[in-house]
Amino acid sequence: MKTNLRRVLIPIVSVFISLLVASVIILWIGEGGFGERFVFLGDAYRAMLKGAFGDTAAWMDTIIKMTPLILTGLAVGFGFRAGVFNIGAEGQMAMGALTATLFAVNASSFPAFIAIPLTVIVGMLAGSVWAGIAGFLKAKTGAHEVITTIMLNWIAYNITNWAVSGPFNDGLNNPRSPEIAEATKLPNILSSQATFMSYGILIAIAAAVVIYVILYKTSMGYEIKSVGFNPYASEYGGINVSKNIILTMAISGALAGLAGTLESMGLYYRFYGTLTSGKGFDGISIALIGQNNPFGIIFASLLISGLRTGSNQMQYVGVPKHIVTIIQSIIIFLVAAERIITSLLRLDKRKGGAA
Amino acid sequence: MPFQIPEPSAYSRYAVVMKKIRKQFPKVLANDDVDLYVERGEIHAIVGENGAGKSTLMNQLYGLYSPDSGEILVGGEEVVIHGPKDAINAGIGMVHQHFMLVGPLTVAENIVLGNEPVGAMDVFRYQKARQEVQKISQAYGLTVDVDARIEDLPVGSQQRVEILKTLYRGAEILILDEPTAVLTPQETEDLFRVLKNLQKNGKTVIFITHKLNEVMAVSNNVTVMRLGKVTGRIPTSETSPRKLANMMVGREVLLRVEKSPHKPGSEILRVDSLKVKDNRGLMAVEGVSFTLHEGEILGIAGVAGNGQTELIESLAGLRKADSGSVFFEGADITQKAPRDIRELGISHIAEDRFKYAMVREFSVAFNMALGRHYKHPFAKSGFLREEEIYQNAKKLVEEFDVRPREIHILASNLSGGNQQKMVVAREFAYHPKCMLVAQPTRGLDIGAIEFIHKTLIHFRDSNVGILLVSMELEEIFSLCDRILVMYEGSFMGEVKPDEISLEEIGLMMAGQTWEQVEGERA
Repeated sequence: MKTNLRRVLIPIVSVFISLLVASVIILWIGEGGFGERFVFLGDAYRAMLKGAFGDTAAWMDTIIKMTPLILTGLAVGFGFRAGVFNIGAEGQMAMGALTATLFAVNASSFPAFIAIPLTVIVGMLAGSVWAGIAGFLKAKTGAHEVITTIMLNWIAYNITNWAVSGPFNDGLNNPRSPEIAEATKLPNILSSQATFMSYGILIAIAAAVVIYVILYKTSMGYEIKSVGFNPYASEYGGINVSKNIILTMAISGALAGLAGTLESMGLYYRFYGTLTSGKGFDGISIALIGQNNPFGIIFASLLISGLRTGSNQMQYVGVPKHIVTIIQSIIIFLVAAERIITSLLRLDKRKGGAA
Repeated sequence: MPFQIPEPSAYSRYAVVMKKIRKQFPKVLANDDVDLYVERGEIHAIVGENGAGKSTLMNQLYGLYSPDSGEILVGGEEVVIHGPKDAINAGIGMVHQHFMLVGPLTVAENIVLGNEPVGAMDVFRYQKARQEVQKISQAYGLTVDVDARIEDLPVGSQQRVEILKTLYRGAEILILDEPTAVLTPQETEDLFRVLKNLQKNGKTVIFITHKLNEVMAVSNNVTVMRLGKVTGRIPTSETSPRKLANMMVGREVLLRVEKSPHKPGSEILRVDSLKVKDNRGLMAVEGVSFTLHEGEILGIAGVAGNGQTELIESLAGLRKADSGSVFFEGADITQKAPRDIRELGISHIAEDRFKYAMVREFSVAFNMALGRHYKHPFAKSGFLREEEIYQNAKKLVEEFDVRPREIHILASNLSGGNQQKMVVAREFAYHPKCMLVAQPTRGLDIGAIEFIHKTLIHFRDSNVGILLVSMELEEIFSLCDRILVMYEGSFMGEVKPDEISLEEIGLMMAGQTWEQVEGERA
């Protein structure tokens, strides 16, 4: 079985199985006879589709939600490619957003065409520095990045909370920053009713393309993957292992920082204590479902955000929105335990090579 | 006398009969109607080049693959083997090239693992396990310290534990896949003693190898394979290494290397009182000095673990020198990084190919660019030039006979010998001025060894300076212009291959200096 086909099939089959399991649960919580339960099931999924893609506003909502997921997914997936487990996208996203917002609030003197790129750069830099700390510690002392990034998450959490409740408060005693300067707000592509969709999604997709090119087309990507696969052989091949670990972490953190920055610049126009709300951690699941492939990650983000926006609509027909958490968990479980799928599909026919 | 295929009525004389075994892999027909007849109580050698299908055949006997067609008979009875469990039940045990042992557990624990003696409430009875293991170990003369932890044992002892594991599970027929590839000469001799002991105890042994002197030393019968077919089956007493080599390779093979006289050029590498520590922080290289000239092969002989690995790694920039210095073309390169050293024109064939010399998850083509992946012709302004990388790989797999001729498959899908060819091809392709070569032919078959030896000589004749570390004395003797013998981190002396005998080098490898050896001559 070709590895490529396998990489595509596993997430798709996982999605189908999880929807099947969810269907059983929906049938079970439905009321009345057999026929009525099936009608209920149909209603539930129709509501979900409608909520996610039913009209322009629904589409826009799904895309708005998927934007930060693409970026945190890329952050984690890129790290995985280099053998680095960046569990700290949450903290890097928060630090990126906070720093970018801090800059953006005070950037009213710049014209938009300077202010916007500058703010983006500031946010990415902050994320990359935050992740770079963990990269540096791993490269120089061997401290495991899972531990250090988790600890850095807590530090970031407390710094940002302190900032928005104290020195960087909006003056109205809400846990949020003042609004960013007009010049730093990302313009909207589309608006419908009360929903506004900024150019953030295009930036996120562009980031995916850039990451794809780095990973597969450049000697930098060659080195990063090589270090991830076999640091000893990399050193032997003249690759600076420490440098590449720090670099990987910095790029990964820049992506997470960008996720936070775009949330501030394109959606909230300020920093909230709850701006990240687990989207950094979602990146881990997304990278997993997307099999660490930049384009896979875009689809995984679409899937997860679609499920989430759809789940709101599902509630109206009487299906608890937690069903979506269940679906999501089963997908992740199956992708992570890919053995289950491969044996289901009998993809694991004993492969051989010449002896 | 050619082997007469026995009548089915005579099958009970055979421990194993494999008839018309056929195994097709996606890209290659690994076994093409292979017949194997192994007599009860014999030591049977299966020889062949890398990729000849030897391991595939044995993996089918052990149930790791199932044959596409063909019959297997064990002790005259037809058997169907679906997995190792069936094989173990049929009394077959296998010792793989890479050991399957748990490092932190003791010898006894490893041997009983999976069939542990247990008492009430399934509590593991360690004392019982020890006794049982000791019993088997004494019965077959396989001495091991049952309480030692696996990770503290040398490779040879670990292999014994693997053999004991199969015996503990009641194996009557033992398969050993290239058992000597990882052993020192002494350990190899011990292994042969063990095998003969097993034979005396009525066991049947099948071992895969491509070292012909081993076949001659220990086996009763030989089956020779080439390109998935059996090309000969013969009693060992009726053949010779040369005949076997011809059957393996399908043409005349030179077992000795032809080379022109030693004409060293100017000094290229100079090492001055170099001290290097090993991973445990102990001094492994104790202040050695030597010079290497253009156009010569300088050999370092010695038993594995006497500092050769650390010396080469230090010269390649992979290990920091503790003190002393290294000069290349007059410039100090002692603390330089691997890339800078490669840039100067020094290439390196690393001893441990799994750890150092390749990225198993990369394709063959990508592996063949490792070390030059960042510069012309493989990269331009930071972007990889895939076309160049593929062209280079296509050329090299052809030139160095890497099989299969597939450059896009992962390196992990190549057999060990072909992985080695891939590494060697890449390092030769550098057009280096100086080569650090460690165990270049480990795990290779005769054809490939001959090719690599010829290439090394060719490079020497085109004025490259080559430092060769090898545990194979034959290799050192036939290739080197000068030989340094290393023992416990120091050189016991410098000799020329035509001025010393194998026995004398053996004494130096055991710690006698050249002066002492020379003194004993008189």
